[in-house]
Amino acid sequence: MKSPSSRRSADDRGFRLGTGFFALLVVLLVAGIFWELYRTSQLSLAKFGFRFWTGKTWDPVSGEFGALPFIWGTLYSSILAMLISTPIALGIAIYLSELSPRRLRTPLAFLTELLAAVPSIVYGLWGVFVLVPIVRKLQVVTPDWLKKVPLFSGPPLGVGMGAAALILAVMVIPFTSSVAREVLKAVPASQREAAYALGATRWEAIRAALRFGRTGIIGAVILGFGRAVGETMAVTMVIGNNPQIKASLFAPQYTMAAVIANEFTEAADDLYLSALIEIGLVLFVITVFINAISRLLIWSVTREVKAQVPKPTATVAFAAPTGGGQ
Amino acid sequence: MNRTRRRKAFSGIVVFLCGAAVFLALIPLFFVFGYVIEKGFSSLSWDFFTRMPKPVGEPGGGMANAMVGTVYLIVIAGAFAVPVGVIAGVYLTEYGKKTFGSLVRFTADVLNGVPSIVIGIFAYGLAVLPVKHFSALAGGLALGFMMIPIITRTTEELLNLVPGTLREGALALGATRARAAFSVMVPAALPGIMTGVLVALARIAGETAPLLFTAFNNRYFSTSLVQPISSLPVQIYTYAVSPYEDWHRQAWAGALVLVGFVFVFSVLARVVTRRLERMHRA
Amino acid sequence: MSETVVSEMETSAGGPAPGAEPTSAAAVSSLAGRKIRMESKRLNFHYGPKQALWDISLQIPEKTVTAFIGPSGCGKSTFLRCLNRMNDIIPDTRVEGDVLLDGNDIYGPGTDIVDLRRRVGMVFQKSNPFPKSIFENVAYGLKINGLASRGEMPERVEKALRRAALWDEVKDRLDASAMGLSGGQQQRLCIARAVAVEPEVLLMDEPCSALDPIATGKVEELIHELQREFTIVIVTHNMQQAARVSEFTAFFMLGRLVEHDRTEKLFTNPGQKITEDYITGRFG
Ligand SMILES: Nc1ncnc2c1ncn2[C@@H]1O[C@H](COP(=O)(O)OP(=O)(O)O)[C@@H](O)[C@H]1O
Ligand SMILES: [Mg+2]
Repeated sequence: MKSPSSRRSADDRGFRLGTGFFALLVVLLVAGIFWELYRTSQLSLAKFGFRFWTGKTWDPVSGEFGALPFIWGTLYSSILAMLISTPIALGIAIYLSELSPRRLRTPLAFLTELLAAVPSIVYGLWGVFVLVPIVRKLQVVTPDWLKKVPLFSGPPLGVGMGAAALILAVMVIPFTSSVAREVLKAVPASQREAAYALGATRWEAIRAALRFGRTGIIGAVILGFGRAVGETMAVTMVIGNNPQIKASLFAPQYTMAAVIANEFTEAADDLYLSALIEIGLVLFVITVFINAISRLLIWSVTREVKAQVPKPTATVAFAAPTGGGQ
Repeated sequence: MNRTRRRKAFSGIVVFLCGAAVFLALIPLFFVFGYVIEKGFSSLSWDFFTRMPKPVGEPGGGMANAMVGTVYLIVIAGAFAVPVGVIAGVYLTEYGKKTFGSLVRFTADVLNGVPSIVIGIFAYGLAVLPVKHFSALAGGLALGFMMIPIITRTTEELLNLVPGTLREGALALGATRARAAFSVMVPAALPGIMTGVLVALARIAGETAPLLFTAFNNRYFSTSLVQPISSLPVQIYTYAVSPYEDWHRQAWAGALVLVGFVFVFSVLARVVTRRLERMHRA
Repeated sequence: MSETVVSEMETSAGGPAPGAEPTSAAAVSSLAGRKIRMESKRLNFHYGPKQALWDISLQIPEKTVTAFIGPSGCGKSTFLRCLNRMNDIIPDTRVEGDVLLDGNDIYGPGTDIVDLRRRVGMVFQKSNPFPKSIFENVAYGLKINGLASRGEMPERVEKALRRAALWDEVKDRLDASAMGLSGGQQQRLCIARAVAVEPEVLLMDEPCSALDPIATGKVEELIHELQREFTIVIVTHNMQQAARVSEFTAFFMLGRLVEHDRTEKLFTNPGQKITEDYITGRFG
């Protein structure tokens, strides 16, 4: 847009640069986090190199730091959480965007999104005092033959991988479902209509919509995964905090976020602190990567559609007053 | 014919399962809320709001300092995050169509997904490491960094609800772009921006992880920027993992206060946003 | 299969004017003797509290093209979508009256909507191919309805693409994404997809409005070909197009059917004053 007077365009420029500076701060913040974590983890990076990520021993007393158990715990708990939460979250998204009676839609959407509003610490508290005892009872009644299966072996502690995965699943559901719903909302009605017009059933029409938005749906699932990977308090409180690599759902394990939360203030020497910060650095890089991918996938659907479909409402809104004035 | 019936039956089953998924997700919601309300209310007392914590193992006391501490941390966080976030949001609405705007939007969304504990380490490196001292300032910084992307994006979203004709109207009267933005656009979206801020506040008010090694904890009442300070979430955490029955009860009471806070702001935000949407659509 | 044949009924001047008392089952004299595929009887339609169609009674003769014209918002699309119950998927809508397909009420209790929509196909204003390959797009309806085995599929897809006059342009790239086709090709693909399931009636809602004149010409030619096998109903806001492609034309106004007659007659010697005003461009 060209301004008529030069004074105004100078003002405009000042305004753009002024506000642009604050926008730039957002970008600088991310760069700053990376730089700061990189800087403060130098000690550990230099001393251990790649060995840090393959070592299985975490022994602060002897200065031996291997982070593999944390990587394992983080990935395992997050993947389990995704296995549980993805079908439920997609079911919710489909129900709310395609099936629910209009009157129920808003309250149900609000309730499911409320799951995301509950603070992590409250989930943790609930996990410690409600969920963990339930898991413990389950473990006690697990028949012996089932306990021989590695997935269910171990003493009945309650805390452990299973409890953590369950709580993570609950926490991740609202993120995946609300983004998936947004994606489905962006799928043009014409896709469903095309399917219906060929004799599709309700589910077949929904499948056509899912198919159209599938990159975005995948993005929604990946976004949920990113949340699970970085989740800290609730997991810390129920996973048992034991750096070991076990397949068992009943075994206490540890995650990257949890070890930082637990040991950061206790890290007496610089190397220990530096090792924890290196875990933080990798957690940062992983989550940035996951979030970047998921955002790009989600945008590829929601943006593309916005760009393709002209907004008829706008033309109607603008046409009416001019037409009336003539 | 038979095939059609089979397809319809299958469709019906899937539809049913989708409804069941909603139901399934609501179970933990009611379960969590139910426990927090039941256990929280039975532990809530006047002392809880007015007293300081007792020394380890002694029953009684309250979380007065933690509640004040949480408010204090939020104020510190908001003091720098609100202006940064709102102005960045204004930039995105006014000039954000180009590559840089997309980059900012993208980074904000990515930042939103960075684990809070990582932000905590960043604040630790900025404000704790140089002075070797936990402080309220460090905690406030950590929370503020988390607020910035949320406020930026909600501000942009809500400013976009304001019809562009409003801006054009102001420009046509000879207003500068800055004038148009801050005297016409922002006021029109103000209730929405305020709720965006409230949502961000509600989101960070319950954050625990980034405070563990920035604001740390403090048994005493403090309003010093450079001293460690207590907060509701950290206090709940400390009490929850302790072996004392009375502290467990207080942790539930703290959780009730926290959830109540979050719930009220979520409802409020929703009501205001919907009213704003309706206003500008009509 | 019962067939309705219009009796020799004298109707002097088409349907009722807007606001005038509706006359029931206004039939067009020139329909006499034609076999009727679809028919609506005193059809009313409501979007929630808003009524969009008033008392539409209209007959659609077999194996020819019937065009719906009228100013924007007059209910052409709404009526068209009543013919395959596409409006069912819009919440809070209500239909009164009957729509007969081969004499059976499609809003009756015995109707299988899925089967109905297979028999009454539809092509939309904006082409809406699925983000799949060209082949899969055409095969989609056959697949979900179980109308062709895997082995028969290529043959059926080819036949449909040939009928849509698209085969020669795409035969070398059937596995390419349909999204890569030009707008006109996409629309013909959608027509191929619709005819692949062998519908009896083909509904087209302004199928050319998003196309350039050359692509429009191709689609019109195609419509001309297809009428030999299918009963076609086309909505258009372009009166020249109606005149070019259709044998019968129905003129809608404010949710009512004003006049329905042979296209030639309607355009040269309309029975209603408003029809004349509309086609001569004296309002709207
Ligand atoms: N989904 C809908 N909800 C409410 N009203 C609608 C809807 N679709 C169309 N209408 C209204 O019904 C009337 C007829 O619309 P339509 O059948 O699309 O007209 P045409 O196709 O002749 O332009 C219009 O006034 C329109 O605003
Ligand atoms: Mg229309």
